[in-house]
Amino acid sequence: MQRCEEIPVIWLQASTCSGCSVSVLNSVNPAISSLLLDEVLPGKHINLRFQATVMAGAGEPVLEVLKAAEKELDGQYVLVVEGCIPTADNGKFGTIGEIPIVERVASLGKAAQAVIALGTCASFGGIFSAQPNPSGGKGVGELFNAKEIDTPLVNVPGCPPHPDWFVGTVATILLAGLAGLDLDEYRRPKSFYGKLIHENCPRRACFDEGKFAKHLSDEGCLYELGCKGTITHADCSLRRWNNGTNWVIGSGAPCNGCVEPDFPDLVSPFYEKIPEEVLFAVEEEATQ
Amino acid sequence: MSTIVIDPITRIEGHLKIEAVVDNGVVKETKSTGTLFRGIELILQGRDPRDAPRITQRICGVCPTSHATASTLAMDRAFGIAEKIPRNGRILRNLILGSNFIQSHILHFYHLAALDYVDVTAAAEYDGSDPSMQSAKRFLERGELEPFVPRYEGDYRLSPELNRVATSHYLQAFAARRKAHELLSVFGGKMPHSVGIVPGGAAQIPTVDTITAFLWRLNDLRGFIDNVYLADVKAIAGCYSDYTEIGAGCGQLLAYGGFPAQSGQFLESGTTSTDLSSTPLDPAQITESVRHSWYVASEDPLHPAVGRTEPNLDKEGAYSWLKSPRYNGQVHEVGPLARMAVNYARGNEVIKPLVDSALSELNAPPSALFSVMGRHLARALECKAVADAMADWVLKLSPGEPVYAPYEIPGEGSGAGLTEAPRGALGHWVKLSSGKIGHYQCVVPTTWNASPKDSQGTPGPIEQAITGTRIRDEQNPFEIVRIVRSFDPCLACAVHLIRPRGKTIGRFRVT
Repeated sequence: MQRCEEIPVIWLQASTCSGCSVSVLNSVNPAISSLLLDEVLPGKHINLRFQATVMAGAGEPVLEVLKAAEKELDGQYVLVVEGCIPTADNGKFGTIGEIPIVERVASLGKAAQAVIALGTCASFGGIFSAQPNPSGGKGVGELFNAKEIDTPLVNVPGCPPHPDWFVGTVATILLAGLAGLDLDEYRRPKSFYGKLIHENCPRRACFDEGKFAKHLSDEGCLYELGCKGTITHADCSLRRWNNGTNWVIGSGAPCNGCVEPDFPDLVSPFYEKIPEEVLFAVEEEATQ
Repeated sequence: MSTIVIDPITRIEGHLKIEAVVDNGVVKETKSTGTLFRGIELILQGRDPRDAPRITQRICGVCPTSHATASTLAMDRAFGIAEKIPRNGRILRNLILGSNFIQSHILHFYHLAALDYVDVTAAAEYDGSDPSMQSAKRFLERGELEPFVPRYEGDYRLSPELNRVATSHYLQAFAARRKAHELLSVFGGKMPHSVGIVPGGAAQIPTVDTITAFLWRLNDLRGFIDNVYLADVKAIAGCYSDYTEIGAGCGQLLAYGGFPAQSGQFLESGTTSTDLSSTPLDPAQITESVRHSWYVASEDPLHPAVGRTEPNLDKEGAYSWLKSPRYNGQVHEVGPLARMAVNYARGNEVIKPLVDSALSELNAPPSALFSVMGRHLARALECKAVADAMADWVLKLSPGEPVYAPYEIPGEGSGAGLTEAPRGALGHWVKLSSGKIGHYQCVVPTTWNASPKDSQGTPGPIEQAITGTRIRDEQNPFEIVRIVRSFDPCLACAVHLIRPRGKTIGRFRVT
């Protein structure tokens, strides 16, 4: 029998709603039970050492797992961070095992072989870093810059991220390392975040014809009801959600741009048309 | 005398620490501490009120739909359109909320609670043909057993055969809860963080094919609930029968009720106690104390609509970010047990026979409900009751008919949205100011259940449930984690807004 390589993964929940964890539980192919138990790729098994939502243990024994990872697995494990990092007042607003989360992310991040910032909070700050950002929330990249941590980092944003975006990113890292990922300027894999929602939206024809919905549940393009699909980079319109059952625009609601670095402040009010200055800023960025 | 500190408590939503002082093997005092603050209520200030149902869903990725519901109900009232929601819209909201009750209850029993009772290593001896159990066996043979170790050791009581059955159901349940999210997204768009529940009604007009798609996904789940989930809860309750007495809690229970019907609600509101007498709910009796929380207490306690949230990290005697909600000045438990007990006490025609039949099958008196196993049983029974009711509701949708009533946002207005989350009573209070959010306050289920002592020094429900419990092995305090998890805590919801030492950020008043 071929020897199976165990890839240690530490998954730390910072300032989060756990929605990213729950979304990954929704993975279909592979199913979450296969991600936990099976070789996700031939000869490679994800050894999920720490994940507070699913792990059996609690308290001191599981804190030992974190200590052991830093000491014994230096440069070997993949760190997944979910949630933004509360940094105000020396990180007192979030602790795990009586140690500030900001310290845990920094020390575990330093010793990891690679870091996946899962979800918009971990990638860019997200909802809990929205103005006035009462907890001083930061994304992992911003924290790493401030602390001069140079561990390779990939952002897999989304509020929550689609399970395929996470699984596909992990599979690429297992096959080819982080070098196998083609990232955009926000360190997002282009394979998932390379195109605008608008480019493949089923309501695109309505936009082109100028047929716009006036109220929710109307037919027509949702642009005037606040849809941010014209400035949002994700493949939801093709991939759809929850085993392909439906997606946001499919259920008659405007996209709220949840994969973008300025979610939610720049893309809200969610039900108001994108202000021209935002549109121009995005277009300018795109042509640069 | 020794102190057991469990931090983090895993397999819950959010960040929780429990400290238990043990004397001669018995817990003398318990402290429940929320260890994370985020500040969502402050973030809402000044925003477009229509954004609140989307933003408040991000309070909790396990029960976002309940926050969408509470927030939307508050907006309907503040906008003056609560009576104008089309029938289709009301039914769709209930179907979306109900789908997540199913998802959350299955997730809780199998993936958050079961590993306290089930020894998955029994799969090593599996010799059957179920592919997922063969995967589990190969996993055990490879020998890297995380995330199933480390764990507390010793008190796993199921037979090897029952352990294998339960392990295979643990794996099956991953697919069942995923399907419940697929069910939700038929009308809710996506999950977590759905988009279908909006002020004015719902966003998607039902068609015959979406109704059928919903019904058959639902029927698939009803098969799982009836034949697997309920059977497993009863089997585990049988093997851990002492847990029908452990973790009784405060004995007073509160439900806001939920799932609005044409008149009244499918799950009714009220309060009850261990004598199962019933009292109608009076929302004016809800107060919050901050005596033992890291907030300044000038007047204490206060109704949430006039609540103050002024942090004081140096406060003597304070030990949690959670406030202490109380009803009529008394500590109350919320959640599936509270809902089933309140509806049982009111003689609800769906709930009462369901509870009676389960108790008679287990040969247990109604008092057994007030326990760790009683909470698991109540959750499973509620899951069945809601799923069965949804099968009726979905057929009452009118294909192609309106789901949404257009409206104008008024400059001023206020509203309360009271509903139920899978974990218990959930309330949002909003006040508009110049068409924007002027004040927003959430009082969430785990703030009730995991609250610290109040102004009278009375401990919260989880604290009371743990205190007095005999701990058999202090190195492996199964009793404590089993009690805590029976409440299905969601700490992400529970913490109020605060800000760095000494600065006031929340001082709001609603009239």
